[in-house]
Amino acid sequence: MHPAPSVIAFTTFSGLGFGLLFWLGMGMPAPTGWVAFGYFAIAYLGAVGGLLASTFHLGRPERAIKAFSQWKSSWLSREGICAVVTLLIMAVYGAGLVFLDTRFTLLGWLGAIGALGTVFTTSMIYAQLKTVPRWHHWTTVALFLLLSLAGGALLSGNVRLALPLLVIAGALQAFAWFHGDGRFLASGTTMASATGLGHIGRVTAFEPPHTGTNYLMREFIHEVGRKHAVQLRVIALGLGFVLPILLLLVSSSLWIAVLAAISHVFGILALRWLFFAQAEHVVGLYYGKR
Amino acid sequence: MTQLPTSTKKKLGLVIDLDTCVGCHACVISCKGWNTENYGAPLSDQNAYSGAASGTFLNRVHSYEVQPPMLKDQPAAPAQLIHFPKSCLHCDDAPCVTVCPTGASYKRSEDGIVLVNEQDCIGCGLCAWACPYGARELDAKEGVMKKCTLCVDRIYNENLPEEDRQPACVRTCPSNARHFGDLADPTSDVSILVAERGGFDLMPEQGTKPTNKYLPPRPKDVEPEYDILAPYLAPVASDGKGLVNWLDKALSALPGGAK
Repeated sequence: MHPAPSVIAFTTFSGLGFGLLFWLGMGMPAPTGWVAFGYFAIAYLGAVGGLLASTFHLGRPERAIKAFSQWKSSWLSREGICAVVTLLIMAVYGAGLVFLDTRFTLLGWLGAIGALGTVFTTSMIYAQLKTVPRWHHWTTVALFLLLSLAGGALLSGNVRLALPLLVIAGALQAFAWFHGDGRFLASGTTMASATGLGHIGRVTAFEPPHTGTNYLMREFIHEVGRKHAVQLRVIALGLGFVLPILLLLVSSSLWIAVLAAISHVFGILALRWLFFAQAEHVVGLYYGKR
Repeated sequence: MTQLPTSTKKKLGLVIDLDTCVGCHACVISCKGWNTENYGAPLSDQNAYSGAASGTFLNRVHSYEVQPPMLKDQPAAPAQLIHFPKSCLHCDDAPCVTVCPTGASYKRSEDGIVLVNEQDCIGCGLCAWACPYGARELDAKEGVMKKCTLCVDRIYNENLPEEDRQPACVRTCPSNARHFGDLADPTSDVSILVAERGGFDLMPEQGTKPTNKYLPPRPKDVEPEYDILAPYLAPVASDGKGLVNWLDKALSALPGGAK
């Protein structure tokens, strides 16, 4: 799949933003006044910034409002609704903390559930696609949720929670990569099943339908990104998990925590780049490519 | 709502004969022509006259080489070149429809045609991600998703002569490799064709239940050894007489001579 910067930024920053909103909603921490304002500003910057980034890849962003209508069948629609409802609830909750020094506990819990729901619906957009066997698996959902919780814990200063969450998320990511490598083959979709010509013999693409490129090839076939997959995996694991864990174990100062968070964000960006660049869409088979 | 209808009265679709398709791309051109000039946003091209030309097409023809395997003791049969037109298969269980967040994508309950309402499409591209066949292309100029409409503006169009009330690709095919009809009706021409020729689904394991069917290439004949001059060039008779007979024997008697 084409690793579009808008979608990578969207999944990374909105994941972190909603993760932070989850912990704020749970009252961990429950700051008030300007400190609360700082926390909520970071969370909204991530969550709203990510959502806005995702509209950049729309062909017709001016009609985006229509995407709230199909919640009965579409995970993308459900995600939009979940995100907006959560952001509205948490705005009231945040205003209570910032301006009234009051914590509306129930609203916070509702917002926390909404934040998790938003990340869950985002993950289902990818996990539902049978056409991308690497994504069509429970690890996609589990990883989105765990990464959001771990990143949120890191940003909210919950070191005790961040450490185990980072360990679990890193281990699950490693498992997802390992298991994901074999899923295209395991899906059973091949050039033989795509063309229905497998009973005659070995099928190879002889001539593409056109001399140039097209939308399908730009969107779904991305071989360059996979060339450096191993190096990128090491970088993502190192920056996203190992370095933050070490930093948090070594010192509990604020600056070290900030450094750990920054390292984590870069690790997640590398990981999300791979999430798209390594995902192989079955339509590539018609072109004899992946 | 972009939910699929539980059933459709008809299942209008195409049957594509991989045995007779000659790969001329006439269907590609007539499709682009009709669908650029009629219903919906035109199918745009980018850099059409440069080396990096690209454009939106609703129907594309791939070509595949298929190499039969080597059998015991026998050399492998020659490779076959198979031209492979591909457009929307108007699936019964169309994954492109249910993922649509705006309701722009829908499947018609009356005839099963899958369409996009371009006024509602936000161009998110998720339907193209969900389609295993590459049947949907986002138009780079209009920013909306384009797909085969089964020429819905031809097949019911009473302003056209009756013989033209079929999809442009079917109407134009010079080798009769494309057939249009109702695949829900077992007595229709297309259904009979599918039953007789063993029509198959593309990627059945994806669970999309496509309406369009493909007919497999027929087995190739084994070409006999054929030479019109052969009868006139029969080998020299072994029971020759006279000089030829003497020469034959004399030459064969030489060391290394052919018997």
